[in-house]
Amino acid sequence: MRLTIKYFGLLAEVTQCSEEQFEFSGMLISELLETIYLKHPKLKEKDFQVAQNQIIVTNETEISGRDIALLPPFSGG
Amino acid sequence: MSRYSRHIVLKEIGQRGQDKLSKAKVLVVGAGGLGCPVLQYLTAAGIGTIGIIDFDNVEESNLQRQILFGTSSLGKNKAIAAKQRLQDLNNTITIHTYPEKLTHKNALKLFNDYDIIVDGTDNFATRYLINDASIITGKPLVYGAIYKFEGQVSVFNYQNGASYRCLFPTPPKEGTVPNCSEIGVLGVLPGIIGSMQANEVLKIILGLGNLLSGKLFCYNALTTQTTTLKINRVESEINKVLSKKESFQNTNEELNCDFYVPEISIEEAFKKKNIQFIDVRENDELPKVEELNPTYIPLSELENRLDNIDLKKEIIIFCQVGIRSKTAVSILQKHNINKSYSIKEGASEILEYMKQLHKQY
Repeated sequence: MRLTIKYFGLLAEVTQCSEEQFEFSGMLISELLETIYLKHPKLKEKDFQVAQNQIIVTNETEISGRDIALLPPFSGG
Repeated sequence: MSRYSRHIVLKEIGQRGQDKLSKAKVLVVGAGGLGCPVLQYLTAAGIGTIGIIDFDNVEESNLQRQILFGTSSLGKNKAIAAKQRLQDLNNTITIHTYPEKLTHKNALKLFNDYDIIVDGTDNFATRYLINDASIITGKPLVYGAIYKFEGQVSVFNYQNGASYRCLFPTPPKEGTVPNCSEIGVLGVLPGIIGSMQANEVLKIILGLGNLLSGKLFCYNALTTQTTTLKINRVESEINKVLSKKESFQNTNEELNCDFYVPEISIEEAFKKKNIQFIDVRENDELPKVEELNPTYIPLSELENRLDNIDLKKEIIIFCQVGIRSKTAVSILQKHNINKSYSIKEGASEILEYMKQLHKQY
């Protein structure tokens, strides 16, 4: 399945792109993250939440949508 | 009453709605980039009672985005300076100022005096404190946060809705997310995000439209792209906060990066003997200070590279402006490495100081 991964905030600085496509055949969000880490090992050090089709999910959630977003916390004000 | 005529003429608001606004009590935590536009619109809208808590003073570098302040406010406490401007904007409302830090001790009592809490702070420790105190006191929380060119808005704890911890259960590791004072922020961005927070406050009071409860609105000022993500309430996260209700006021603020960090000037640092210099900037940041032969450990890697620290020496840490170096010292303290100091100045000033030294000899 072809997934679109969006990176917000400082994650886009780590990956050097705001969006990219991944070919992925696994089941879970956690497995997808492992695949993404292979390409962007520095993401591993960052805190973020994952959204699938615009819904915040956990790492144990099964992949059912094509739109994945990685969202870091912002502290600025 | 002509002041609010443009509100009253709207059939969705009317005199009844305006009366609701004048009876409402809103507490704004932080009178900075976000707090300023929030306060400006709430005051103009005629919110009857507004509280402002901020311990910080106005600096010149704030004026690029903190629109309630001018050159005459420099050096003044932000809550007090904001009130001066706001009472000129609307002298028919009551404004309470609290020129102090929000702490676990004062938060619950303060929140109990208000109907809605607005988060306009600039650090995670206070954001989690505000979220937890809002859950315990049962107050809706209008959240906003920014990073460079991007912003987030949400309404938490509204009628059993999701909370900040349902989105991000725990604070990120210290030093991994830089703040505006270190990396900069587009001046108009907090204006946009703060105005959206003010809008959510008015909608809560007036009972109008759809709130951002259970939703996180994300905005990118460069691409003008917006994304709204759904957040589910996580009961276990809420219960964890509620279980700490009794001990909340005794929570140690030291866990919240308020603790003392020893800082020294360049001059003092150069007087010390047997020291290890550490540059905690990212690898590509310039200028390098090679003459000091520092150990290069970017702040985000510090906790994983403690074995690079020479425990027989005193540790002197520097960065670009003296902020990350403070965080680095607090991280070392957490690992019981106590003989460490943060240089108050940044790398450029260190180079300049060394240049002057060379001239003298």
